[in-house]
Amino acid sequence: MAVPAAKQRLSVPFDYDKYLRPGKLPHIWCPGCGHGIVLKSLLRAIDKIGWEKDNLCMVSGIGCSSRTTGYVDCNTVHSLHGRAFAFATGIKFSKPELNTIVISGDGDAMAIGGNHFIHLCRRNIDITVLVYSNAIYGMTGGQYSPTTPAGSYATTSRYGNIEPPFDPCEMAKAAGATFVARSTAYHTKELEKILLQALEHKGTSVVDIIDSCPIYYGRMNKFKSASHMMNGLEKDGTITVAQAAKLTPEEIGGRQLRGILHQAERPEYCENYDNIIVKQATATKGA
Amino acid sequence: MPNSKKKLLQGNEACVEGALYAGCDFFGGYPITPSTEIAEILSVRLPQRGGKFIQMEDEIASLGAVIGAALAGRKALTATSGPGFSLKQECLGYACIAEVPCVIINVMRGGPSTGYPTGPSQSDIMQAKWGTHGDHPAVALTPASVQEILTETVRAFNLSEKYRTPVIVLYDEIIGHMREPITIPEPGELEVINRAKPECAKEDYLPYDENYLVAPLAPFGEGYRYHVTGLNHKADGFPVNDSEIIRENNERIMRKIDENIEDIEKNEEVFLDDAEIGIFTVGSTARSARFAVNALRKEGIKAGLLRPLTIWPFPDKAVKKMADQVKFIVVPELNLGQMIGEVQRVGNGACEVLGINRVDGESIHPTQIIDLIKKHK
Repeated sequence: MAVPAAKQRLSVPFDYDKYLRPGKLPHIWCPGCGHGIVLKSLLRAIDKIGWEKDNLCMVSGIGCSSRTTGYVDCNTVHSLHGRAFAFATGIKFSKPELNTIVISGDGDAMAIGGNHFIHLCRRNIDITVLVYSNAIYGMTGGQYSPTTPAGSYATTSRYGNIEPPFDPCEMAKAAGATFVARSTAYHTKELEKILLQALEHKGTSVVDIIDSCPIYYGRMNKFKSASHMMNGLEKDGTITVAQAAKLTPEEIGGRQLRGILHQAERPEYCENYDNIIVKQATATKGA
Repeated sequence: MPNSKKKLLQGNEACVEGALYAGCDFFGGYPITPSTEIAEILSVRLPQRGGKFIQMEDEIASLGAVIGAALAGRKALTATSGPGFSLKQECLGYACIAEVPCVIINVMRGGPSTGYPTGPSQSDIMQAKWGTHGDHPAVALTPASVQEILTETVRAFNLSEKYRTPVIVLYDEIIGHMREPITIPEPGELEVINRAKPECAKEDYLPYDENYLVAPLAPFGEGYRYHVTGLNHKADGFPVNDSEIIRENNERIMRKIDENIEDIEKNEEVFLDDAEIGIFTVGSTARSARFAVNALRKEGIKAGLLRPLTIWPFPDKAVKKMADQVKFIVVPELNLGQMIGEVQRVGNGACEVLGINRVDGESIHPTQIIDLIKKHK
């Protein structure tokens, strides 16, 4: 069937190659994994904000999400499990002119890197954190993570997970992040828009991105396919802040909120420190 | 040194002077006894000169931030003690495989675990070598005076910059907290080495170029876009599964130290030329050993001291020479026997090796060394 003229693509397709390292694809992610979709949204957001690759730094920890840094053509560090927040703090604080993004996963950010995540938010250092939340340790074969819902199955919760899950957004907000948002791999346009706002934000911005792991989480929890999983968890399992505002808590049910969940203004860490440097340098000179 | 400044300083204060002399412009740390003065003083001094100081949320993050800072082009330092050094092992291994220059000060206190925070020890000698998993290069320096803490901190930065590897400075709490008159060197008086920067075209840059034993390191943000990982990697920094490349890279990071051992090694010898009895030790214990050697010589006993200022890589050659020459070697150390194993390994039965050990938070007194030597000779 012919595509109606009005629906035909009018703009030139986005050139992802501009931001991807030649020769590094195909990526390691499994068929049905949403990480590649998230990466595409991120690259479009980076393009919109117009950051030069030379001044862009991406730091990741360990896990499936953290392999992202290998594919992006900028200054990249694939650091240690949970430690991307510390590495990124050292880089950003050393060279505030570097636009710095941390790519992390739910296990990386909420478990082994939980303390570093909290303190990065508390400092309000100008770093954007993406948490690819697929509720599972994918790289090691599907163990339950701090965001795995209670009652669901993983290779280390064969009888159903008895631990309640963390909400990365609540954690970020409580710790002091000044921009907190959530989207999903399913809502690609919305995700791009939210990521752009996160990148534009001065201070610590955290975006929790609900993403699906059909290979491990999906199979263990009886999702028929990757698309069933996306529809179930990302599309039907979430609701925008605006939509939720018109509903009662009962009507919202277990659905997670999407959109900007928290925004505040607070002095940024590197700028605060620069004020000390200026004062001290002046004082020392005068002495 | 006519214009040099004389000062009465504590060991940890001298460490700060050495770091700043070497051009340290980043400190990431976490409070821990008995090293905390280094952080406290740098929190004042660094911003005065445009440098960056950050107190991180834990010991792991401190070295993580230091590695990040080093990749951004800074000369970065952290300081800690035993329990913190244990936590730093993870990032230490990362700095080894990713070849990130940085300096770690470890003011040794009693262990294991929380142990004896305010008491001296030399019980991290082996941790400095073997603490992090996997085979990796280890460079560790052992100053024995306040003046040497300054000069060895400068040397630690120089070696880390030259060989793109973390360098550890190990000194016990006695040296860290004692006060001695020292001379602050004038600018230019001590050599200061900065890491080699790439000269190639930006698109040709390989952070682990196999044409070099130590490839130049580009700071982030200067147009050399590259990847850093703790995985085994190839010349361009990307992970590999190729066993040949993995072997070559793992061996090269060891080779860059082994092949430059003469540049890295530094020993002091006291009456060793004609010695019939050898002493091998470092740090505060070496001060007692020096006293003992002088006292024994006055009594006509030919004792001599070999004092390494670089404990890792281990001074095999110097120890071998001593072992072949003397009747026996005494190894006094503030632990239950760490360096002695290395001396026995190198000596390989050429002479007897005796230990003097203390783990009670007290120093080894010269008389302990003198008595043992007199009894055993």
